[in-house]
Amino acid sequence: MSTTLDTQVSPAEESRRLGYRIEPRRGRFFDLDLRELWDYRELLYFLTWRDLKVRYQQTLLGLSWAVIQPLVTMFVFTIIFNRVGNIQPEYHVPYPLFVTAGLLPWFYFTGALSKVAGSIVSNSGLVSKIYFPRLLIPIANAVVPVVDFLASFLLLVGMFLWYGRTPHWHAVVFPFFLGMALFTALGVGLWLAALNVRYRDVGYLVTFATQIWLFLTPIAYGSSIVPQRFKWLVSINPLTGVCDGFRWSVLGRGEPHYSVYGISWGVAILLTLTGLWYFRRTEREFADII
Amino acid sequence: MAAVLQVEGLGKQYRIHHLERPQTLRASLQRFLRTPVARIHDAFRAPREDELIWALRDVSFELERGQVLGIVGRNGAGKSTLLKILSRITDPTEGYAEVRGTLSSLLEVGTGFHPELTGRDNVYLNGAILGMRRAEVTKKFASIVEFAGVEAFVDTPVKRYSSGMYMRLAFAVAAHLEPDILLVDEVLAVGDLEFQRRCLGKMREVTGEGRTVVFVSHNMAAIRSLCPRAILLDRGRLRADGPVEDVISAYLTTDVKADRSGAVPADVPRLGVGDVRVRHVELYGPDEEPLAHARLGQPLTVVIGLESKRRVLALLEVGISSLDGTRATTAFNTDDGQPAHMLEPGYTRVTVQLEPFLLPGHYALDLGVHHAGIGGVLDFVERIRDFEVLNLDDEGRDKYPLGRVRGYVRSPARWSEPEPADWDRPAVEARG
Repeated sequence: MSTTLDTQVSPAEESRRLGYRIEPRRGRFFDLDLRELWDYRELLYFLTWRDLKVRYQQTLLGLSWAVIQPLVTMFVFTIIFNRVGNIQPEYHVPYPLFVTAGLLPWFYFTGALSKVAGSIVSNSGLVSKIYFPRLLIPIANAVVPVVDFLASFLLLVGMFLWYGRTPHWHAVVFPFFLGMALFTALGVGLWLAALNVRYRDVGYLVTFATQIWLFLTPIAYGSSIVPQRFKWLVSINPLTGVCDGFRWSVLGRGEPHYSVYGISWGVAILLTLTGLWYFRRTEREFADII
Repeated sequence: MAAVLQVEGLGKQYRIHHLERPQTLRASLQRFLRTPVARIHDAFRAPREDELIWALRDVSFELERGQVLGIVGRNGAGKSTLLKILSRITDPTEGYAEVRGTLSSLLEVGTGFHPELTGRDNVYLNGAILGMRRAEVTKKFASIVEFAGVEAFVDTPVKRYSSGMYMRLAFAVAAHLEPDILLVDEVLAVGDLEFQRRCLGKMREVTGEGRTVVFVSHNMAAIRSLCPRAILLDRGRLRADGPVEDVISAYLTTDVKADRSGAVPADVPRLGVGDVRVRHVELYGPDEEPLAHARLGQPLTVVIGLESKRRVLALLEVGISSLDGTRATTAFNTDDGQPAHMLEPGYTRVTVQLEPFLLPGHYALDLGVHHAGIGGVLDFVERIRDFEVLNLDDEGRDKYPLGRVRGYVRSPARWSEPEPADWDRPAVEARG
């Protein structure tokens, strides 16, 4: 089957050679059909490209939003939690730097989650008129905010310069934590995207839930506040692993919290697998009820 | 030659229950909390017979390479469901379809176009959505843009396009996909006449290249000119399959209630309490000859025979509907302020003169008798009689040169002579 690796073969040509049969889908409990996803990989690229292009054409400040949002939040958090609430940073860095390092992955996560959750409904025209693997839509929507995340690094760089510090060398492992955030956003988002087709108030739920979620995650405060015997409990929130880990990678001296990352990754993968399962199970009726 | 498309016992069932589901999470939770056990049971039990509707049932046909198949049928007959299943947007409930080759559908014209993006960007995006590789789009780009006639605007956001340009570009991308099987759903109903002609031309070109086309339209002229073969769908079932003329005539007479003599059998589907029944309907031209084909501009006379069981003040309705079931116009006996008809027990005859206002096309009469006082329906028969208004003028030549004209009803209008005009001055001022 060397021909399937030929990049010049389009999904259209692929089906010409093979032909296909349309029949009621039944049976298999979990059928991801990775092969088909791979066939349509160029569409994933175009969907991502479209969203990025449209986004930065339509907004006044473009990519700088990615910097402004965490910057303003950083100021507010510094005043409220540090000055008023007297919460102290960890890693021997100033509180603003400490909180920013936690906010960046958080902003990526909420951005990705709300986009993924609304992705099927906001593409209802496509879904009800064209056949293609539906999974591409949520995946593209989880990938698009990565660009914002990378842009928001500028803020972090600026703050390191401002405080005359250098990031730790193991900042290079940040993709490990970004990946954790991506899979969590995708996993939860897949559930919500599929539910959103039937229940349109899922959107409100996302806004509300992420507000609560923010305070359950060690961002304004450090994870050392949590007593040792409850560590496992907060690690079940994968964002604990994401934010704590990202913070360690750029600021950290001292030991990484391997058990926290392990549990958080485990939960992230579990969420993604169940999300994929539910999404695949319900996607066949999207076009009928959207 | 092997079939490129083989459809076997295809059916699609919808659960009406789905439509009545609570549409908010709150409503769903409330219902769940109120009667948790019943709700869980409800979600998993097999649906009752009366909750299920078959949008499509037991449809089988084959299509060979290069054939052009027309699909006709009224709204809700299952045409769109069939196309949706064939283009894999929705799954069938039973049966199967074998597709040997690529299939794409013009149901999707312009889907995925983004108003903020330029024409160029949209061509690439839409190409990818329809399953084309980037290299493929690049190769065909010039030809797509040329066919759409938007060369000067490729780098303009499509939100600034006229709707005609937008449609042309969208169609051009889809047309260049060059699938083995092309599904076309009523695209010709949109766009200007020039564009429609190009679409028809493109479709002829497409079929000339040995491509297979499935064409859905309410436009009988287009079906006739493009499709040697057609199938007729009626309430989800395949009613006819064969040469286009046979199928169209089957379509035109489906469900027509009156027989040749004009008698309306008692057992046809009717609404109403039945105090009055329409028993007879005849259609006459100006020379008092019974007619099935009317010329343009000829007045129509409808003679209605009614049987009444008691004395009743009746509001009479003559409806004219197009083939797809759209009501084109309605006349009531009280329209110009006349009193409603008092029907005495026994047989009554009412004659209605209809002014010559219809555009060419196939139509059907619907007749209704309503209670003039309380407004209840006494009798109502849909599609009681069909007739055609021919595209012929008094000398027997085509009245409308394009063979088709959109709409149903001619608008009474008075046109002025051309007069010299000054473009700089507003029209109102010029007139004054």
